[in-house]
Amino acid sequence: MSLQLMTYLVVGATFALYIFIAIKARAATTGEFYVAGKGVHPVLNGMATGADWMSAASFISMAGLIAFKGYDASVFLMGWTGGYCLLAMLLAPYLRKYGKFTVPEFIGDRYYSNIARVVAVICLITASLTYVIGQMKGIGVAFSRFLELPFETGLFVGMAIVFIYAVMGGMKGVTYTQIAQYCVLIFAYTVPAVFISLHLTGNAIPQLGLGAHMGGDANNMFLLDKLDKTLVDLGFHEYTLQKGNTLNIFLYTLSLMIGTAGLPHVITRFFTVPKVKDARSSVGWSLVFIAILYTTAPAVGAMARLNLMETIHPTSGENAGQWLKYDERPTWFKNWEKTGLLKFEDKNGDGRIQYVGDTEKNEMVKVDRDIMVLANPEIAKLPNWVIALVAAGGIAAALSTAAGLLLAIASSISHDLLKGIVAPDMSDKSELMASRIAMACAIGVAGYFGLHPPGFAAQVVALAFGLAASSIFPALMMGIFVKRINNVGAVCGMLSGLGITLVYIFWFKGWFFVASTAMAANTPDNWFLGIAPEAFGAVGAMVNFAVAYIVSSITPAPPEHIQHLVEDIRVPGIVKR
Amino acid sequence: MSSDSGGEYWRANIRLVIGCLVVWFVVSYGCGILFAKALNNIHILGGYPLGFWFAQQGSIYTFVVLIFFYAWRMNQLDIKFGVQED
Repeated sequence: MSLQLMTYLVVGATFALYIFIAIKARAATTGEFYVAGKGVHPVLNGMATGADWMSAASFISMAGLIAFKGYDASVFLMGWTGGYCLLAMLLAPYLRKYGKFTVPEFIGDRYYSNIARVVAVICLITASLTYVIGQMKGIGVAFSRFLELPFETGLFVGMAIVFIYAVMGGMKGVTYTQIAQYCVLIFAYTVPAVFISLHLTGNAIPQLGLGAHMGGDANNMFLLDKLDKTLVDLGFHEYTLQKGNTLNIFLYTLSLMIGTAGLPHVITRFFTVPKVKDARSSVGWSLVFIAILYTTAPAVGAMARLNLMETIHPTSGENAGQWLKYDERPTWFKNWEKTGLLKFEDKNGDGRIQYVGDTEKNEMVKVDRDIMVLANPEIAKLPNWVIALVAAGGIAAALSTAAGLLLAIASSISHDLLKGIVAPDMSDKSELMASRIAMACAIGVAGYFGLHPPGFAAQVVALAFGLAASSIFPALMMGIFVKRINNVGAVCGMLSGLGITLVYIFWFKGWFFVASTAMAANTPDNWFLGIAPEAFGAVGAMVNFAVAYIVSSITPAPPEHIQHLVEDIRVPGIVKR
Repeated sequence: MSSDSGGEYWRANIRLVIGCLVVWFVVSYGCGILFAKALNNIHILGGYPLGFWFAQQGSIYTFVVLIFFYAWRMNQLDIKFGVQED
C-alpha cells in the first residue's frame, strides 16, 4: 500500500473516531458545556489534560529544539512539566473547591471587581488566541506535508472537525475526544522512538537507550559521549553542556513553569473532576501522561541528531570520515528540500555536503527543527504505517490543544462577559446557545488567523506564557494564600506585572510585534542582565506580587464575606461558622 | 499584614507545600541548572552525566512523585482535621 493511501486511512480513521465521540457526548446544560458536568474521572482527566497541554509544538518542534540546542533545551523540559507542581499545590484543588466555571470568574469574585474580571478575560483571550494560531498552522502543515492537500484545505478540514465536537459537546465533547487524541498522539510519538532506540542502542526503552552504549555493546562508546565527540569534532558546541547564560536559563525555566500553571485552558480542566482530592491526584496523572512524551523527547532529539550527523558525515563504514555526496543524498533529504525546510548550498563547489559549526563553511544553510520528528521515521528507515501514524499524531496534538484553547475563549466570552457583566439575567438555555455561538465565532477567528498569520505568529508563545505568568498566576495564587489582598491591590498588581512584561517583550520585538519599531536589537548583548524576552515573565510575576502586596497593605482590607470565601476554598469540606 | 494563619490545618498544609517546593527547587534549579556542571562528573544509568540527567529526565520523574506524595499527605491531613468532603 502506498504511503499516501495509508496516511489517508489512518488519519481518516482517527477523524471518524473523534466524530463518533462527539455524537455520543453532547452537552445539554451550561454545566456540561463549561465543565463536563464535573463528572470526569481523575485519571481520564489526566489524559485529556495531557492532550490539551501537548500541542503541535510539543509533538513536532520540541524534540527538534532539543536536537539542535542539547542541554540548553532543558528549559522547555523542566519548564513545561515543573509548572504542574505549582498547579497541584497552589491552585487546582482550591479553584476546584470554589466550583465555578471559568478562571476570570474566580478572579472577579475573589477581588469583588468587574475590572479585575475583565483584565483576566483580556489576558485569557490574548494568551489563548495567540496560542491557537500556532495550532491552526500546525494542522495546515501536517495536512499539506502528509496528505499533499493544499494548506487551506487542511485548515478547513481541521476547523470542521473541531467545530463538530466543540460546538456540540463543549467541555464534555472536548474531554472525551482529547482522551482519544492522547492515545493516538502518545502511540505515534513512542513507536518511532522505540524503533530508533533499538536500532542505535539495542535498548527498547528510549529513556534508558539515551544513557546506553552504542549498539548495546559495552566495548563501544556511550551514545551521549559519541554525540558530544561527533559535534565537537565538527565545530559544534558539546551536546550535554550548557551554552547560554545561567541567569537566563534559570529565569526562562521559572517563567515557563509559572506560565504553565497560569494558563486558563489547563486550569479549567481541573474544574471537571468530582472532588477536591480528585483535583490533586488528577494533576499528578496529567503529569504522568505528559512525562511519557517529555522524557522520550530528549532521546528522540539526541538520537535524531546523531542519525543526521552520521548520514552526512559517517564515522564508520566505507565512507568513514567523508562528507556525503550531494548526488547520493537519500530520498527524505530530497523530499524535505522541496518543502524549503532543508537547504543545501555548495559553497566550496566539491559536490559534497559539508555540515559544520562554522557558519562561513557550513553548507547545510537551513535545517528546520520540525524536520527532526517528522522525518525521523524516514531517516531511520521505519515502515510506512509508522510514518502514517506520525501524521495522525501531529494532527491529534494540534486539534486537541486548539479545542481546549477555543473552549477557554468561548467560555470567557459567554460566561464572563455576557452572563457575568452584560446580561446577568440570561437563562441557562440562552447562555448555552450564546456559548455555542461564541465557540463558532472563536473557531472562525482562529481559522482566519491561520490563513492569514500575522507576522508575529512565531513569537507568540513568549507572549502567551509571559501573560499567564505575569498576570493570571500571581492573581490566583494570592487570592488563595494571602487573605489581605484586596481589589485595588490585585488590579494594580496584574496591570503592572503585565505592563512590564509586555514592554520588555515589545522593546526587543517591536511594539505590537511590528519589527521595525523595536527599540533595540533582540540580541543577548542588549538584554537586561542577559535575560531573553521569553524569560521575562518570571520578573513580571515578581513585580505583580510586590505591587499587589504593597498597594493592598495601604488600602482597606477586603470585606468580611470575601475573607469567608477565602477560608471556604482553603478546605475541601464545608466550613462551619 | 493581618493574621493569615488560618488554623492548624492550613499551617500543616503550608508546611507540606514548602517542603515539597524545596525538593521541586533543588532537583530542577539546583541539580538541573546551578550545580549541573559539577554533577556532570558523576555518571548514572550507564552514560548519563548526572547534571544533564536531572535537567532532561530526573527532575520530571521527581515532579511526578512529588505531586502524588502531596496529594496523599493532603488526603491524610483532611481526615486528621476532619475537613474532607462528605
